Amino acid sequence: MLYRTAGQFKTSYQADQALFPVRQDAFLLAVILAFAWVIFPLMASEFAYQTLLIPILIYSLAALGLNILTGYAGQLSLGTAAFMGVGAYACYKLVTLMPWLNPVVAILFSGVFSAGVGVAFGIPSLRIKGFYLAIATLAAQFFLVWLFEKWGWLYNYNASGAIQVPNLEMFGVYVAGPQASSVTQYYVVLAIVTLMTLLCINLTRGNLGRTWKATRDMDIAAELIGINLMRSKLTAFAVSSYVVGVAGALFVFMWRGAAEPNLFDIPLSFRILFIAIIGGLGSVLGNYLGAILIVGLPVVLNTLPEALGIPISSATVEHLNIMIVGSLIIFFLIIEPHGLARLWALIREKLIIWPFPH
Amino acid sequence: MLNDIFIKPFVDMFSAPDFLLQVLWEGLVSGILYALIALGFVLIFRSSRIFNFAQGIMVVFAALTLVGLHAMGVPAWICVLLTLAVMFGLAVTIERVVLRPLVGQPDIILFMATIGITLFLIGLGEIIFGGENKVMITEELGIPTDSVVLEPWGGLLILEQKDITAVIVAALLVVALLAFLNKTRMGRAIRALGDDHQAALSVGISLQQIWVLVWFIAGIIALVTGIAWGARAGVSFALEVIAYKALPVLMLGGLESITGAIVGGLMIGMLEKLFEIYWGQPLLGGNTETWFAFVLALIVLLFRPQGLFGERIIERV
Repeated sequence: MLYRTAGQFKTSYQADQALFPVRQDAFLLAVILAFAWVIFPLMASEFAYQTLLIPILIYSLAALGLNILTGYAGQLSLGTAAFMGVGAYACYKLVTLMPWLNPVVAILFSGVFSAGVGVAFGIPSLRIKGFYLAIATLAAQFFLVWLFEKWGWLYNYNASGAIQVPNLEMFGVYVAGPQASSVTQYYVVLAIVTLMTLLCINLTRGNLGRTWKATRDMDIAAELIGINLMRSKLTAFAVSSYVVGVAGALFVFMWRGAAEPNLFDIPLSFRILFIAIIGGLGSVLGNYLGAILIVGLPVVLNTLPEALGIPISSATVEHLNIMIVGSLIIFFLIIEPHGLARLWALIREKLIIWPFPH
Repeated sequence: MLNDIFIKPFVDMFSAPDFLLQVLWEGLVSGILYALIALGFVLIFRSSRIFNFAQGIMVVFAALTLVGLHAMGVPAWICVLLTLAVMFGLAVTIERVVLRPLVGQPDIILFMATIGITLFLIGLGEIIFGGENKVMITEELGIPTDSVVLEPWGGLLILEQKDITAVIVAALLVVALLAFLNKTRMGRAIRALGDDHQAALSVGISLQQIWVLVWFIAGIIALVTGIAWGARAGVSFALEVIAYKALPVLMLGGLESITGAIVGGLMIGMLEKLFEIYWGQPLLGGNTETWFAFVLALIVLLFRPQGLFGERIIERV
């Protein structure tokens, strides 16, 4: 009833190719953006910022980066966390070497470094495919984390070996470091994530996105119709690592406040891969749905026993959490292997013809 | 600098050959264990195209079950039998609950499902057995714990008897496995399934039975690995990281090849020890074992994309 596409005629190709050809979708997005930009900040508590809003946005961005590589260009990567680490360490070096630099510029610029590293580790993808490539990206994962630990210059030869985010100012307001308020950080993250999402949607719809999809679906066939595989794969690695690197810089500067090398270890990579896969490979929306599920679930599970008055020790809760997350991953894979985004697409199709079944 | 990289390590090696032998032996023993884990991967990959990430946690789970049962006062050998029963139960459950509904899905989905299994088993193991480090019941199982001291060229070479036992048991296991795969009806069925699913199904081979069987064999291998590694380093969830070591072994050897898993495991075990001792510690600040195997495998793959022993990749449009 509410979701009727009938009567919305397109009179030009431009209108047909628009970002939101259906009026209701645009309306829905406007509502979501209104919530994100106005209503959440009015209502959210410190707890909500730190455990839900900010991490969900950052994880979505990281998953979006991975999704470009794995979902759109078909190159499975298990090294996401290490590329996040490159972004974070690059940003740390930028702000400590050049304290006058605008922090948002530093964050956006640090992605360039991780893009470079990503391209270097993407070169084997020209010869290696499938699971072999996935294991090859693990080489990046282990090597880079080792490097973060051993290369003192990266963390300014701290005794602790960890990076600590300094207080950073932008237009007279603290945006990072211990003195920054959660609201400002939330807005910075939200602005960057919105920008990146828009960028990624348009990249994947355009010429570059089509060459990625052709590479994913069958790379030999893509090569035969004249797609330069090297260019296609390496741009996918570059764009993906850029987005992931920015997410990594946000991860440390806007959320964690400090980072040790093992923060970027393999469990983080898997976490982001879960988000991308449960959300749906080859979809932008899916990353947000997946992040809400994967980040939100442990929070709910942690508060649930207390709310119900069941006495369980926190260690048991944590282990139960791991178990439940594991089984839910299997559960979601079984009910919809194409992810939550596909589930939404199915609901949407049903809504369009509702109340008639066909 | 060049001297440190190209000359000094070799001079060190030949001036103290007994130490070199000791390093190689240590590498060989860990290589055997990598090879065993890789073997579990290969078996499952060949018969079902599933990249089984859960093999590492199966090792931990088997070892924990064994030690946990013994702590409850069950005699050691009955513990082994009971653990095997548990691994069989696990194989049946995984096939029923996880694999059956996911038949025919893309590889990456099945891979993610095995990571789901990994997380589930980590949580379950921590709840049942607790996370602290436990001592493997080496003596109760009749494994000798003394060491053999050899003196080649007037030097000193210490071989632990439990390591020797591990090497022998692993060799026997591999021989038994190869005999099983090549000489028995079941083994032929497993290989047939690996060659072509549909053809195997059409001549009446049961996919479900074979999958349970393969996962059970992987469970047996996991138990052996768990005992051998647990005897060296104790039983804890830290064991899980050796699962990551099996991945470069697979790349190096080829995902389908049993020979590849063994040769790759031994090569990586020995080379990473050599590199760590002679290059890593003096030049790079140590702890290079975390990435050396991956980088080595990556370099080999650049020249042979299917690994040393993998099936040739033939691509068609």
